[in-house]
Amino acid sequence: MQLISDRSRVVSNKKMSFWEKIYLPAVLNGMRITFSHLFRKKATIRYPEKTREFAEIYRGQHVLKRDDEGRERCTACGLCAVACPAEAITMIAEERKPGEEMLYREEKYASVYEINMLRCIFCGLCEEACPKEAIFLTKRIVASDYERDGFIYGKDKLLEPPEPGKRIDISKRETKAVLEFKKDKTKRHNQ
Amino acid sequence: MGTFILYKTILASCILILSLLVAMYSTLIERKVAGFFQDRLGPDRAGPWGLFQPLADGIKLFFKEEFMPNTADKFLYILGPSLTMLIALLTSAAIPWASNLVINGKEFPMQVADINIGILYIFAIVSIGVYGIMIGGWASNNKYALLGAIRASSQMISYELAMSLAIVSVVMMTGSLSLKDIVEQQHGFNWNVWYQPGAFLIFLICAFAECNRSPFDLPECETELVGGYHTEYSSMKLGFYLFSEYINMFISGAVMATLFFGGYNFPFMDKLALSPNVMAAIGFCVLFAKITVLGFVFMWVRWTLPRFRYDQLMRLGWKGLIPLAILNVVITGIVILIK
Repeated sequence: MQLISDRSRVVSNKKMSFWEKIYLPAVLNGMRITFSHLFRKKATIRYPEKTREFAEIYRGQHVLKRDDEGRERCTACGLCAVACPAEAITMIAEERKPGEEMLYREEKYASVYEINMLRCIFCGLCEEACPKEAIFLTKRIVASDYERDGFIYGKDKLLEPPEPGKRIDISKRETKAVLEFKKDKTKRHNQ
Repeated sequence: MGTFILYKTILASCILILSLLVAMYSTLIERKVAGFFQDRLGPDRAGPWGLFQPLADGIKLFFKEEFMPNTADKFLYILGPSLTMLIALLTSAAIPWASNLVINGKEFPMQVADINIGILYIFAIVSIGVYGIMIGGWASNNKYALLGAIRASSQMISYELAMSLAIVSVVMMTGSLSLKDIVEQQHGFNWNVWYQPGAFLIFLICAFAECNRSPFDLPECETELVGGYHTEYSSMKLGFYLFSEYINMFISGAVMATLFFGGYNFPFMDKLALSPNVMAAIGFCVLFAKITVLGFVFMWVRWTLPRFRYDQLMRLGWKGLIPLAILNVVITGIVILIK
């Protein structure tokens, strides 16, 4: 018979020798093995004091980005909601009123933008779909909650703070093509 | 007479508190050791290195809901854990904890009761221990508890035989049943374990079974019987059962140290020309160290060996250990005769 791997072993029914029958050597060997574990490096990470390092491309809680002047980038085109395989994103679009140019970058903006974190599978298709670089996934972990309602994140939780110091860095998640494109200042997108 | 009673009361309460404290901290050490054997750290959140963990566990057990099944026999249900605890604490009375103290020229033995049949006393008490488990398991009126109780009783009865037979050879060598005499004969490094390693091994295996410790923890095996004989117990009644297990472990460590490892004797003890009180203190520390090492062996074995099957347990007891123990007695007898 052709063997698929070299790991198969033929079962033997050989009689146990005297030393095997009294089991004591085997027991002592087992105790030696467990004892050696006393001095091994422990696998425990003391969580609140120490956190595990995330992968560079970890996909966690979303952020709605603002541009350099602190205006919301999202224009409520709905492409993210269409791209979302889990149908976790809903939004309501609103027209920008005169005098709100400080707040919203485009003429249209999302007055309500909600992501249901229980539905979200953190695939990152929304950020891929977004033409305005408005939504990104970050390394933050979605906090646990006792109620389901708490997991529907609105703009209050998703939008990044406008102060320059408190911005959320997403540079690791921008693709090379995007970074290349951003250098071209003739495009309106980059102005 | 008055000082005698006072002294004995103080000694007895000290030993009581000591065994309770040791049992408390054994739970922490057990969990720490288990963690280290499995490449983990074990509990370390309550206080420095988790030192307050037993306290937290105790408080938790006290505040848990006291639940008694409707169909349980009320009197026996309460009697079970109380009896187990009582018996676990009684055993320590016959153990000589250190050599005699001398206060104002008077000698005070560091032993609650120097009975001339000390070993028999310990065996008698230990064999009553099964009643606590049996009564508790029976009174719960639960099939798992009953199965656990049946297992516990048959296991303890079968292993007691081999245990006592292992001791017989030690008694034959010593010629006395008093624990004090047995300890004093092992003066210095003249320990019984050098002469009776077989008896020690048999005794050790039986001690695992008597304490219901892994690999013989069939009476309470979680995978088959939920919790075994204490399935229906909650709050401090459960605490008593769990607690008495650790006290039993401590006491059996003490008995083993006394019978086989020279009790409070240690090598080169004659070369230290110290006052008897200092010697007693050192002797006590030495005995305690021996008990600690033996307790560690209990835990070590627990996290090494898988649980026995019921028929394997019975076969090992009746067909393995008892014949071996009898053989050991015969050989010891022949050797004593020839000498």
